[in-house]
Amino acid sequence: MTRPTPDSVVASPATRPGPAAVTRKRSPARGAGLRTPRWVGWLFVAPALAVYAVFVLRPIALTIQYSMYRWDGIGPSTWAGLGNYVKVFTDPDLFATILNAVKLIVFFSAIPVVLGLAIASTIRRIATSRLALVARTVLFLPQVIPLVAAGIAWSWLLSSSGLVNQLLTYVGLGGVARAWLGDFSTALPAVGVIGAWVLLGLCTILLLSGMSKIDPALYEAARMDGAGPLREFVSITVPSLRQEIGVCVTVTVIAALASFDIVYVSTQGGPGNATMVPGLEIYYLAFSERQVGMASALAVVLMVLVILVALPIQWLTRDRTS
Amino acid sequence: MIVGRREAWTGRLLLVLLMAVTIMPFVSLFVTALHPSGSYPSGLEWPRDPQWGNFVKAFQAARMIDLVKSSTLIVLGVVPISLLLGTLAGFAIGHLRMAGRNLVFLVFVLGLTLPFEGVITPLYYQVRDMGLLNTRWAIILPLIGLYMPFAVFWMRAHFVNMPDELSESARMDGANVWQLFWRIHVPLAMPALSSLAILLFLWTWNQFLLAIVLVDDPLKRTMSGALGAFQGQWGTDIPLLCAGSLLILAPTLVIFLIFQRRFVTALLQGSLKG
Repeated sequence: MTRPTPDSVVASPATRPGPAAVTRKRSPARGAGLRTPRWVGWLFVAPALAVYAVFVLRPIALTIQYSMYRWDGIGPSTWAGLGNYVKVFTDPDLFATILNAVKLIVFFSAIPVVLGLAIASTIRRIATSRLALVARTVLFLPQVIPLVAAGIAWSWLLSSSGLVNQLLTYVGLGGVARAWLGDFSTALPAVGVIGAWVLLGLCTILLLSGMSKIDPALYEAARMDGAGPLREFVSITVPSLRQEIGVCVTVTVIAALASFDIVYVSTQGGPGNATMVPGLEIYYLAFSERQVGMASALAVVLMVLVILVALPIQWLTRDRTS
Repeated sequence: MIVGRREAWTGRLLLVLLMAVTIMPFVSLFVTALHPSGSYPSGLEWPRDPQWGNFVKAFQAARMIDLVKSSTLIVLGVVPISLLLGTLAGFAIGHLRMAGRNLVFLVFVLGLTLPFEGVITPLYYQVRDMGLLNTRWAIILPLIGLYMPFAVFWMRAHFVNMPDELSESARMDGANVWQLFWRIHVPLAMPALSSLAILLFLWTWNQFLLAIVLVDDPLKRTMSGALGAFQGQWGTDIPLLCAGSLLILAPTLVIFLIFQRRFVTALLQGSLKG
């Protein structure tokens, strides 16, 4: 299946709408336009647009509206202007949730992408073996199961009597064994490890499938020129995988910023506020503490943050040749 | 090609190690689930007397049959409608190319990266005002809306590559737009549709946030939401919790293993396009 880019329609000359007169005269030759009034297309789009407007666009608008008010969800609301936003950035507890999400990027994105690149380029040569085919299925398992289940499984692995501590004791590191998710200094990295586990397989397979499209002649030529594995990696593999790397980074960064399920199940934001992330804080603010305005302001900040991060990555890594 | 033998072996070793790390949590769940209910086993340790009965107990405690039924109903509500609406819109934007299509498309694409937490608060009040709170519709209807960006994006990408000549000849034979859509384009779109169906099924089945916010009764939630409730209720009985978790993730696992090739392709394409 070909890989589309959002602007491929715009770029193809056949579809660029000409001046109205020309369009009308030529319409019999333009396939789908044949004897079809142009507005008919809108009938096809209308149902999708309607549900999208009711259940996405309207809620987005309402979130922005709520964010300007102080409201407990029941009684009357009072205008707060940008007060809620000021509080998001000045209240240490609230701002810490955003910082935590940013720190999670290291685990959710950096580790899976870097490790995924390293692993994929090591196993590239055996990518068509039986073992690699089995691995494709196995490494996808974390993508298929509910994140909640991953959270429960890892809470148990990381608990004080879990497998992780058992292994540490076995190799003589019993001294550092602890309840990883319950300790202030290790809770956030421990949550990050769960995310890395979920995303590593996806990144590895995605990068590996990208590598299979690289012309092997490139590598042969590099070997002839005496390039080592590292040189190959830097000069051939990474540049060719620009688009795949972009996809991995986008998907994983959004997963980190918008994380909810894993944190909800494994730590509920604790201990203290050590693992509180924006998604979970929105949930608590809106549905336990009845501060709908604050929750909405944080929600707007989160949505903007995701777009601010996703757009430049898309732009930087887009395949400009197509 | 020059294949270093040592390189191949490091590759194999690394792959096996990676698989081991991936499977480890499942093995740990399984082994722990076999310990006596209520005990506090340590690490990975095969029990002296495996309690297979824990699975039966968890099956009843979690009311698995009701849960599978509930999730299935939700999937049946979400997936066919999303496919239909997404295909209609993708066809119009990608193939009929009506005026203003670029603007509509942009509006849909803007929703692609939307975190669900961003709209969950107004969704709650909206669903409540519609009188749908605590029904399965509270999950079904918002999910259809939330899936539209991806569904439209995906189907448009398919229809944009369909040659115009195809529609032209159909029109010569006297087909109207509706027939053109159903008789020619939908059958040809089957591969794209089935991949999309797989992705939507998976995302719906595993949907957590909407389930815990909009539906109180675990028996009317998705599997994932029910697992959250199960953890709250049995969180202190580790072996039972592990058995329940395994049971709850078993259906997706089984379906994945049956359709694994389609799944992997769909997920790969899905993340590449998304």
